[in-house]
Amino acid sequence: MAGRASATGAPKGVTLPQVPKILVYIVGFIPAVWLFYAGITDQLGADPMRYLEQALGLWALRFLIATLAVTPLRQLLSINLLRYRRAIGLLAFYYAALHLITYLVLDQGLDMAAIVADIIKRPYITIGMATFVILVPLAITSNNAAIRRMGGQAWAKLHKLVFVAAIGAVLHFILVVKSWPPEPLVYAAIVAVLLGYRLVRSLVKKPSPRRRPA
Amino acid sequence: MLIRRPSDILPSEITPREVYFNRRQWMAGAAGLALAAALPRGLEAAPLQAAKSPFSTDEKLTSREDVTSYNNFYEFGTGKDDPAAKAKSLKTSPWTVKVDGMVGKPAEFALEDIIKSSALEERIYRMRCVEGWSMVIPWVGFPLADLIKRVEPLGSAKYVAFETAYRPEEMPGMDTVFPVLEWPYVEGLRLDEAMNPLTLLAVGLYGETLPNQNGAPIRLVVPWKYGFKGIKSITRISFVDKQPATSWNKQAPGEYGFYANVNPGVDHPRWSQATERRIGEGGLFVKRRPTLMFNGYAEQVASLYTGMDLRKLY
Repeated sequence: MAGRASATGAPKGVTLPQVPKILVYIVGFIPAVWLFYAGITDQLGADPMRYLEQALGLWALRFLIATLAVTPLRQLLSINLLRYRRAIGLLAFYYAALHLITYLVLDQGLDMAAIVADIIKRPYITIGMATFVILVPLAITSNNAAIRRMGGQAWAKLHKLVFVAAIGAVLHFILVVKSWPPEPLVYAAIVAVLLGYRLVRSLVKKPSPRRRPA
Repeated sequence: MLIRRPSDILPSEITPREVYFNRRQWMAGAAGLALAAALPRGLEAAPLQAAKSPFSTDEKLTSREDVTSYNNFYEFGTGKDDPAAKAKSLKTSPWTVKVDGMVGKPAEFALEDIIKSSALEERIYRMRCVEGWSMVIPWVGFPLADLIKRVEPLGSAKYVAFETAYRPEEMPGMDTVFPVLEWPYVEGLRLDEAMNPLTLLAVGLYGETLPNQNGAPIRLVVPWKYGFKGIKSITRISFVDKQPATSWNKQAPGEYGFYANVNPGVDHPRWSQATERRIGEGGLFVKRRPTLMFNGYAEQVASLYTGMDLRKLY
């Protein structure tokens, strides 16, 4: 969802066979369909609600990471997946929404008093909620009409918020677990590498703008 | 443990009907126990005879499947399914429990001797995890007080400290880049808490010896405290005069106290403790139920804490 503006970049480097974008959505929704099916048929272990809630959140983070990987893949390995980035980014949003709905409806039973108390008092819930709020305008403007209306530059600026969302998502993950188990730290490290790459590149690139804009 | 003089046998200890009607299976199990004793490790669950207890709750039991597949036992990994998948590597036979410190009769008990000399009871207890879920588990064990009386603590002994086996080669979760906890796992109780009749040393569940993932061969069960106080696979019990260190308290002192009494009014800093999800109840559409003070055991234990500020001493 973020990075360079228009999705019209001429494909360079490795030419991958193009698949219809709808296929990205279909494949992307397989985990959600499987999780709901497995949950209803009692295949998610002893604590199915918690399993579903965590798995949906994890998929949201994975798709968010995938959108952040598109630019480095193009710049470093000349693998161009720009065409699919919007779909992947929207999948991250849809999974975040399903994760949130699971928390609100199945976990908290729509107990608004408990939910509001959680949002105010629990940093990991506050951060998780803020992360979702950040993703909303990005999802709403993930269409060509919005890019035209906003102009490429303003749109790109807005979509830089995805970096904040990625940091929020891993913080939310780290804060929910006890002690320092490896899994959230691995995801945090991946996000750190993907964001660090951009930071380093922006610092290195400025003095000698050798490359033409893609 | 199975052979008793007739006068010792309580009516409630008489072989349950389902066991009686399945005596072929039961005998196969007993033979398995004898065999297991002869083998270097006892992987097979063996049946245990246990008397009923007035301390048992009549709430619906959490299924054996859930009790034995959804565990926190970080020596085998941080995933809930890690212990069931990986704890088989723990060799639980032979097993000794060293009892030392401020006692008149320090000893190193062989597990078989502990079990043989104890009147086993079935105790159906609620178990409330600090993470906000709960189970109802039919433990088999004996009051910790029985063991304590046997070793005759000195007047100076004020606390009891417990230690889990330290066996990195048998416990794959200990061997990580960032250890999740400092090993070995340690826990502790005040002596009066340890002497409370509810405090149990469990050697079995669902009428059989403990599966490894549940803390075989012997573990602590303190039903009015959060589950992490129930230290598993105990190898050492020490009597001391100062409050002993406890693993989760060392890891995050602001989040896990020494007492760790179940208390719906005192939240974990990162989540509420007011409600809980009962495992196996409602599946995906589980309803939260209110958490009870001292996990519903206030009548038996509240007096232990009179005058204490449980907000500070959480």
